[in-house]
Amino acid sequence: MSEITRRDVLRRLGATLMATGVLDRISAQEVHHLAMAQSGSNGAYTPKALSDHEYQTLVRLTDLIIPVENGKPGAVAAGAAAWIDMLASENSQLKDIYTKGLTWIDAEMKRRGSADFVSATPEQQTALLDVIAYRRNSTPALDTGIEFFTWARRMTVDAFYTSEIGIADIDYRGNHPQAAYVEPTEAIAYALKRSGL
Amino acid sequence: MPQVSTTTVHDVVVVGSGAGGGTVTNVLANMGVSVLLLEAGPMIGISDFKEHMWPYHVPHRGAGAKGQIYFNQPTGFTYSATFGGSQLDGEPYTVAPGSDFSWFRSRVLGGRTNHYGRVTLRMADYDFKPKTTDSLGFDWPISYEDIAPYYDKAERFIGVTGSIENIRSAPDGIFNAPAALRAHDVLVQRACAKNGIRAVAARQAVTTVPRNGRPACHYCGQCGRGCTTASNYAASYVQIFPAMKTGKVQVIANAMARELVTDASGKVTAVSYIDKTNGSEKQVRCRTVVLAASACESARLLLNSKSSRHPQGLANSSGKVGRYLMDTVGFSMSAMVPALSGMPHYNSDGYGSHLYVPWWMWDRHKELNFPRGYHVEVGGGYGMPGVNSFNGVVNRVEGYGTSLKQAIRDEYGTSIGLSGRGEMIPNEKSFCEIDPEVKDRWGIPVLRFHWEWSDHELNQVRHMQTTFRAILEAMGGRIATGGGRGGGRGTAAATGMGSQPGQQAPQTGQNGPQTGVPTVPGGQPSSGGPGQRAGNAAAAVPISRGGAIIHEVGTVRMGNDPQSSPLNKFCQAHDVKNLFVADAAPFVSNADKNPTHTIIALAWRTAEYLAEEMRKGNV
Repeated sequence: MSEITRRDVLRRLGATLMATGVLDRISAQEVHHLAMAQSGSNGAYTPKALSDHEYQTLVRLTDLIIPVENGKPGAVAAGAAAWIDMLASENSQLKDIYTKGLTWIDAEMKRRGSADFVSATPEQQTALLDVIAYRRNSTPALDTGIEFFTWARRMTVDAFYTSEIGIADIDYRGNHPQAAYVEPTEAIAYALKRSGL
Repeated sequence: MPQVSTTTVHDVVVVGSGAGGGTVTNVLANMGVSVLLLEAGPMIGISDFKEHMWPYHVPHRGAGAKGQIYFNQPTGFTYSATFGGSQLDGEPYTVAPGSDFSWFRSRVLGGRTNHYGRVTLRMADYDFKPKTTDSLGFDWPISYEDIAPYYDKAERFIGVTGSIENIRSAPDGIFNAPAALRAHDVLVQRACAKNGIRAVAARQAVTTVPRNGRPACHYCGQCGRGCTTASNYAASYVQIFPAMKTGKVQVIANAMARELVTDASGKVTAVSYIDKTNGSEKQVRCRTVVLAASACESARLLLNSKSSRHPQGLANSSGKVGRYLMDTVGFSMSAMVPALSGMPHYNSDGYGSHLYVPWWMWDRHKELNFPRGYHVEVGGGYGMPGVNSFNGVVNRVEGYGTSLKQAIRDEYGTSIGLSGRGEMIPNEKSFCEIDPEVKDRWGIPVLRFHWEWSDHELNQVRHMQTTFRAILEAMGGRIATGGGRGGGRGTAAATGMGSQPGQQAPQTGQNGPQTGVPTVPGGQPSSGGPGQRAGNAAAAVPISRGGAIIHEVGTVRMGNDPQSSPLNKFCQAHDVKNLFVADAAPFVSNADKNPTHTIIALAWRTAEYLAEEMRKGNV
């Protein structure tokens, strides 16, 4: 099955199943197959909602939001932009938020003397984010950017921490059967000591 | 005209397959009685459960198709075993002007037991005689001694965690060993003790030892997704599947009961239902019928079974069907606890809660400005990350990059949530009735709800608020959410599952006005705090919405007087001897004990009584 066909099938299946409430009932195995089929396309993801340029801008934004840290992979390796684009392709409201927001980012970068966001230097990029990443910088001129960045940050964080990479990064240790529940003595000692209880 | 599928007269037709219907089906089948079970939803199988799946195994990772979660729309509970919700396509209900009520319905074999919280609490002796105790509400026609043997049977069969504590408000049962406490549980337990409150091992419907062919719990923490090893309780895999193996049980799925058909003698002779697979109306004939469709659906079915002989609906000569609808009083508060930051990570999955706080002031009502009481459920730990898990911290710290990552890391697993679950006094203004105009997609008249909390409940929530703040602050917690409307479950918020629809980002320090000193009213070593004062009605009390805790009970209550109660003390209709009710509809009060355990115990008793009455030829 070609990439396009497979994605279309997935999208249609997803939409139909959710619409009828049946997604809750499809078997774990089926869902697993669906997810596998989808993640197979991550390597060479072709954006469905965003233009190539918008998509590259989003990829760079996600890279800045959750970067590579001490060699540990970040949002780019976790496919955050692809996940956001996939949702935006199903929701015109979401697509609008991203296309308008990314356009604003480019326009602001242009105003600051660069051709656009992706071609700006990392220093120029972070200089912009240092402004729009905080509500306290709210002005009528900046509010569109601040509001958009809130969306991009929230969804990038969600995409990262729901990926295999992000779950390892946060060091969640569960989700497997255990023969016994082990008392967390080391953690208890730590918590008691720090709480003063 | 309804099509009568066969001429067979079934001994027992059970309508609904949740805790009540599952219990009746299992008990009767094991006694050799044949059962025809009607379920309004589809069949379910173990492979339907999404236990052990990761967020990245579903395309939207829990955000819902089209990213609904970001637009505060229901996401359809991506991994949980919840089949249903408060809005079902083509199955509306209405709410009277001035009332606020939500009605959660599951349409699937096993109903809500597939996903519920599995809190398993016996009602106390005094819970059966509330009117005698404080002259409010009504007494049950049975006592603790009548039902205790059935709590025993249910616990032996299901498997319930717990420890022997000798607390009057929380009668001990037949428990299997509970899991060790999690780190945050130990803090809660100590912080409670500091406030003179005793916290004990949680009582959950989870078997921690092999039982009737079911393996012991494997501590994956995903009870709400349905259990692939059937180690926790759900009517589907613990009662109905085993009952089906006896050969005594026939299940008709996708069968939406429409009305009960009666003969000239007033007995039920058939159940008319909609075959949802093709919309046709069918009938099955019966010798007896047991309604276990959920409290409100059972009331609806009776009210819709109108005839010239039963102009107010069936079993309703008292006019009380639909009346005295109750839910549980809900309030949650959560805090970020700095002592947990940087703690060595561990696998905190386990099962549901490992710790809970039974009501501690059952003998000290003189100190309170509200009747009855509540228990507290505890949430926390390192939950599986999900969409929205870190929205609270992200909103607070803002920024981006490694500092944002570090803030998320520091806060992960540091949230502790307390959820109060308290008793509501039945009142005349809370009830359901048939809407005179609105019908569902099959033309069945729907329910209209009326709802009103009273000061009894509002004062109770104020007490929860003061108490929870004192407990959380005793461990150095910074209050994050004070529990707005909606009665959100503290556990979900605290463990960072964060996948509940419409869940708002926790806002630190955005809590309502603080009143009083942070001592717990009624706490033993209290430093002399004034306790809870009567609140000002003008102050908004963050009580859960009616129906939001999904503990709706009442509506077809038991009682010795046929003038005031539709059912007798065996949950048999006073007016119709071959009609029984086995869900939460027979409840006379709604104690601070989650209703499922009492539904099961009562249904077990009803099933045994029914079998005996059939054997004697009385029904």
